[in-house]
Amino acid sequence: MAGSNKTKITPPRWLLAELTYACPLQCPYCANPIDYAKYQSELSTEDWKRVLTQARKMGAVQLGFSGGEPLTRKDLPELVKHARDLGYYSNLITSGYGLTEEKIVQLKEAGLDHIQVSIQASTQELNDHLAGTESFQHKKEVAHLVKKRGYPMVLCVVIHRENIHQMPQILEMAEELGADYLELANTQYYGWAHANRDLLLPTKEQFEQAEQIAQAFKEKVAGKMKIYYVVPDFYEDRPKACMNGWGTTFLTIAPDGVALPCHSARELPGLDCPNVKDYSIEQIWYESKTFNFFRGFDWMKEPCSSCDEKEKDFGGCRCQAYLLSGDMYAADPVCSKSPNHPIIQDAIDSAKASALADNEKPLIFRNSKNSRLLS
Amino acid sequence: MSINLDQTIKFSPMHRLQWEEAQQKDVILYPEGMVELNQSSAEILKCCDGTRNLAQIVNDLEQKFATTGLTNDITAFLEVALKNGWIQQN
Ligand code: SF4
Ligand code: SF4
Repeated sequence: MAGSNKTKITPPRWLLAELTYACPLQCPYCANPIDYAKYQSELSTEDWKRVLTQARKMGAVQLGFSGGEPLTRKDLPELVKHARDLGYYSNLITSGYGLTEEKIVQLKEAGLDHIQVSIQASTQELNDHLAGTESFQHKKEVAHLVKKRGYPMVLCVVIHRENIHQMPQILEMAEELGADYLELANTQYYGWAHANRDLLLPTKEQFEQAEQIAQAFKEKVAGKMKIYYVVPDFYEDRPKACMNGWGTTFLTIAPDGVALPCHSARELPGLDCPNVKDYSIEQIWYESKTFNFFRGFDWMKEPCSSCDEKEKDFGGCRCQAYLLSGDMYAADPVCSKSPNHPIIQDAIDSAKASALADNEKPLIFRNSKNSRLLS
Repeated sequence: MSINLDQTIKFSPMHRLQWEEAQQKDVILYPEGMVELNQSSAEILKCCDGTRNLAQIVNDLEQKFATTGLTNDITAFLEVALKNGWIQQN
């Protein structure tokens, strides 16, 4: 294990506060853990305030309130105000469901900096199908209101095989809604997306075509709209530099208070993720087994340990290595140097076969019933 | 994109400029991002309060730091700032 020499460890900069796993929507690519239904307990308002205070003192400045749907927490305005008083730059990551103009104003007054609204597709039919709930018109309305009330408006669309053909219409919709930022997030295959991968993973041709359209649009709207394009790493030959390196920058707190180096880390075995009810953020960040587990390079195996690119990608994503190869110390299978790299091609082939099959199995929607069934 | 010499310059309401104690630096915050500023960039941006145009900003900073010849550096930085949306005119 990497040493926990205090001086080498950089403090957290980004804090993701997953306030709740409750959500009225049922997106089949949701990044929440499959077994979320078993984590019923939620931190109290006081717990969250303490966490925000401690992390801010260490240097965290970007703050995301997410979930689940963070709007289901009644104390959201109070937490937003606390965050503002501490000097955070805070973001509400929402499905828009349940957001009213009154609430948008109230949150602004409490000091919220921006709102990220997710829309599932460019048509009502597909949006409502993917969300598992009628929500399209309301989301568009919310996007307008966010803009009207002077927030930078960030529109987020998760891209996968069910909606990738709508790329031109999605871009048009973003323009029409006046988005200041557009996040085109190709699905990352964790949590529910992993379970639904055969139905969600686009073909290489689909992906390349969509990317071309998005790139051309990016140039067209330069200076007006900023595009964040999250690449789908299955079609790359090097992995992403996950979380900018384990325990270097990002801190996620799950609804029940478990502190995580990334939002999927609770699925890794033997990490003993600490809870903010038992330890301070400072203890967790600097001293916990979890946060030191994959810090630095000492934990690596070949081909990563002797690779000259390890400082660039840190061996890729630990959760992806574990999900795909069963070995959390292995190189991310996305890497073409990994002996497990063929797993990626198998996944791509399997998704393609599923797309061509006569009766493709249905998507598994993210809800408590399915969560209990699958875990 | 270049700076209009007659119009005043103001910091964008869609961004936040703030001193970070932990980093001992001024930073610009915006959705999904943060830019760390060196001291001179921060000084220039703090002058972008909507009451001064380019010449006035140059003049004020030259006085403040008892120096001359800052026009080119300040103009170049403000052009970058405008392109990035950190400042606005009129
Ligand atoms: S991805 Fe969908 S289901 Fe999951 S938390 Fe977000 S809105 Fe809810
Ligand atoms: S072998 Fe490991 S360190 Fe080298 S490029 Fe691949 S994932 Fe990165």
